[in-house]
This record gives sequence, structure tokens and C-alpha cells, in this order.
Amino acid sequence: MPRPGSLPRWAAAAGRWVCGLLALLLLVPGPGGASEITFELPDNAKQCFYEDIAQGTKCTLEFQVITGGHYDVDCRLEDPDGKVLYKEMKKQYDSFTFTASKNGTYKFCFSNEFSTFTHKTVYFDFQVGEDPPLFPSENRVSALTQMESACVSIHEALKSVIDYQTHFRLREAQGRSRAEDLNTRVAYWSVGEALILLVVSIGQVFLLKSFFSDKRTTTTRVGS
Amino acid sequence: MAGVGAGPSRAMWQQVLLLLALCATGARGLYFHIGETEKRCFIEEIPDETMVIGNYRTQMWDKQKEVFLPSTPGLGMHVEVKDPDGKVVLSRQYGSEGRFTFTSHTPGDHQICLHSNSTRMALFAGGKLRVHLDIQVGEHANNYPEIAAKDKLTELQLRARQLLDQVEQIQKEQDYQRYREERFRLTSESTNQRVLWWSIAQTVILILTGIWQMRHLKSFFEAKKLV
Repeated sequence: MPRPGSLPRWAAAAGRWVCGLLALLLLVPGPGGASEITFELPDNAKQCFYEDIAQGTKCTLEFQVITGGHYDVDCRLEDPDGKVLYKEMKKQYDSFTFTASKNGTYKFCFSNEFSTFTHKTVYFDFQVGEDPPLFPSENRVSALTQMESACVSIHEALKSVIDYQTHFRLREAQGRSRAEDLNTRVAYWSVGEALILLVVSIGQVFLLKSFFSDKRTTTTRVGS
Repeated sequence: MAGVGAGPSRAMWQQVLLLLALCATGARGLYFHIGETEKRCFIEEIPDETMVIGNYRTQMWDKQKEVFLPSTPGLGMHVEVKDPDGKVVLSRQYGSEGRFTFTSHTPGDHQICLHSNSTRMALFAGGKLRVHLDIQVGEHANNYPEIAAKDKLTELQLRARQLLDQVEQIQKEQDYQRYREERFRLTSESTNQRVLWWSIAQTVILILTGIWQMRHLKSFFEAKKLV
């Protein structure tokens, strides 16, 4: 007699079998992909992204802060059980590679909770598995010809060129953002300081004059 | 095969459901949660004449079953794309699943904003919506099997076409880099000019106020017969 609330034997066996088959299907490295996103993180905010990853897939998370404050952000990557795989506070740029040890939803969060009034722009690139192949039925029986393998290696080299270009563009955006900040600050500072200078020097003279006007009455009293 | 596995049956069925869901979704993309009236914006810094394709899919949170429903008709997402000058390039309402495309005509930061305008969410969802998003830019936006079928290319020709597209993207990015470097240089030169003028103006103001102060005080003391 099966226990109340539990499954009959055949259902449990069938369920395990289906589970195993599905897990096997997912283990076959399917088409992966990359997600490259730049988003704005307001102050005191935390934004999380999720992705379902199959076991054994090699994944890479790269992030970079482009504008805002001290150009740093907290990042945290958790596996489906909530175990923290990667945690860094106030990092400007980092890259983390891991292999998924189990199937499930992986979660990574960017937090700007330590900042009171600067909102940040964060770029991240989450690469899961390999890029999808050019042809849908890429499981070839015959080896690639020399031309084709040359094309494949050129493609990989160009992909890394594009990747370097992206990182260069982000660093340049960071530098340009700082230069524009500096430009505005210099403008405000010079006008503000000129005004303060004028106010202080005129104020000094009038304050000094007021000392001598009061003392006049007191000196006559002391003298007598 | 005995009744040993009957114990953690609920966990097992949940796992089966998860694996089924993983298989069924096909596009295993990135997703995030969005509130009811929340607006999420993404920035794409791209050179000009670059095509951007975005695919999204939304799922609503079912409060009773505590799971995300696979697809809900009637949900709508409003997509708005602004170019670097702030002009709106695309502003359209799509269904619960949609695909938006635009081509940039000026290089720079394009802003893609998504927000849900569905009122049904307040009643059923408890305010949470799951959005699967995938944005492809430039060469990644090309669908090579489709191009091969349309132009009837052989494998080698398709690979050559892919390499040509990649090289074109690299060239566009380098042109954009030249434009950005020019802007950076203009900003730095403007800062340099401002600092120069400010230091000259400061010195002049300082000297003039000093002279004025001395003259004013001198005439004041002479009037008071203290000097």
C-alpha cells in the first residue's frame, strides 16, 4: 500500500525516467548565446537578472561601470540554490567565468545601494555556452576543408576584435564622461568663486567701517 | 524501482516541470522582473546605420499558484526608442510578445525604454511581471540561415558573407571612435580655455578689488581724521 500523499510506484519510475531524459536533452550543449546590456541603475537601487542555464555550460559574466559617481558597483552572482558564486563590492570592472554545476535559474544582481544620489550606468555581457552555429545542422560528419577552417579562425579573431573594441569604447565613454563633468564643474566654480570674491571683499570693507563707527562713541567715553 | 523514490515526489515533479519549461522556452534568454508602472531603460551606444533588433516575451505572476503563467494574452508593453539627440525614433505598443527593430541614423547613445501599460496586472499579478529580453545589434542581428536560403549561398559563401558583415561592423565602430575622440578633444580644449580665462579673470578681479579696498579705506580714515 503506498503511503497517503505519495505516488504509486509506476508513476515515480515514469517520472524519474522523464526527468532523466529531459536532463539528458538539456545536457547536450544546445545553442547558447550572449546578452550584452547597458542599463541605468538609480541610486539606492538593486537590479537583478536571471537566466536558466543547463548543467555543464561554461558561462562568463563581465561588467563595467560607465558613468556615475566613483564608477563602482556591487555585483553578486548566485546559483539556483542561493549559493553565492561571486560577490564583489564597489568594483569598477570585472570578469568571472564559471561552469554551471547544476540546472536551474542563475541570478546576478547589481546594487547601487551604497550611493545616496549618484545613479550609475552599468554594462554587462553574459555569455552562456558557445555561440549558435552558422548552420542549423552543424553536427557535421566530414571535417572542415582548409578554406572553411580558415574562415572559422578569422571569425573567431574578428569576434575578439569586436570584443576589444567594445571594451575600448566603454573606457573612452568613461573618460569622456569625466572630462565633461570637469568642464561643467570648472564653469560653475569660476563663476561662483568670482562672485564670492566680490562679495567677501566688499563685505570686509563695510564691516571694517562699521567697527570704526561704533568705537567712536566708546573711545570718547573711555577718555573722559 | 521500489517505492523508495515516492518520498520527495513533489520536488521531483517541480524539477520535471522546470526541465519541461526549459525545453519549451526554446530561446533561453535573459529575463528580469518589472513592476506594474515601472519603466526600464536600456542604452545602446551604436555607430550610425546600424540595425538593432529586440525580442521580448512577458509572463505574468499568478498569485494563487505562485508560478509564472506561460503566456498571457492582453498584456501589452510600450516600447520607446530615443536617439542621442532625444528625438523619439520608435514609440509603439506591442502585445505580450513582440519584436521591435530600428536603424540608427546618428551615432551615439540610443535609449530603449520598456514599460507595461496593462491594468490587469494590478488585479491578478500582485504587481510582478517577468520580461525575457534579447537585444541584438549590427552583425548579430543578421539571420544567416535566412540569408543563405534567400540568396541561395553555399556554405563557403555564407561564411564569407558573415566575415564581410563583421568587418563592416568593425569599420563602422572605428569611424564612430574617431567621431567620439573628436568630441572628447573638443571638451578637453574647452576646459583648458575656461581654466585659462578663469585664472586671468580671477587675478584681475583680485587686483581691482584690492585697489578699490585700499582707496576706499584710505578716504574713510582721512574723513574720520584718524590718518
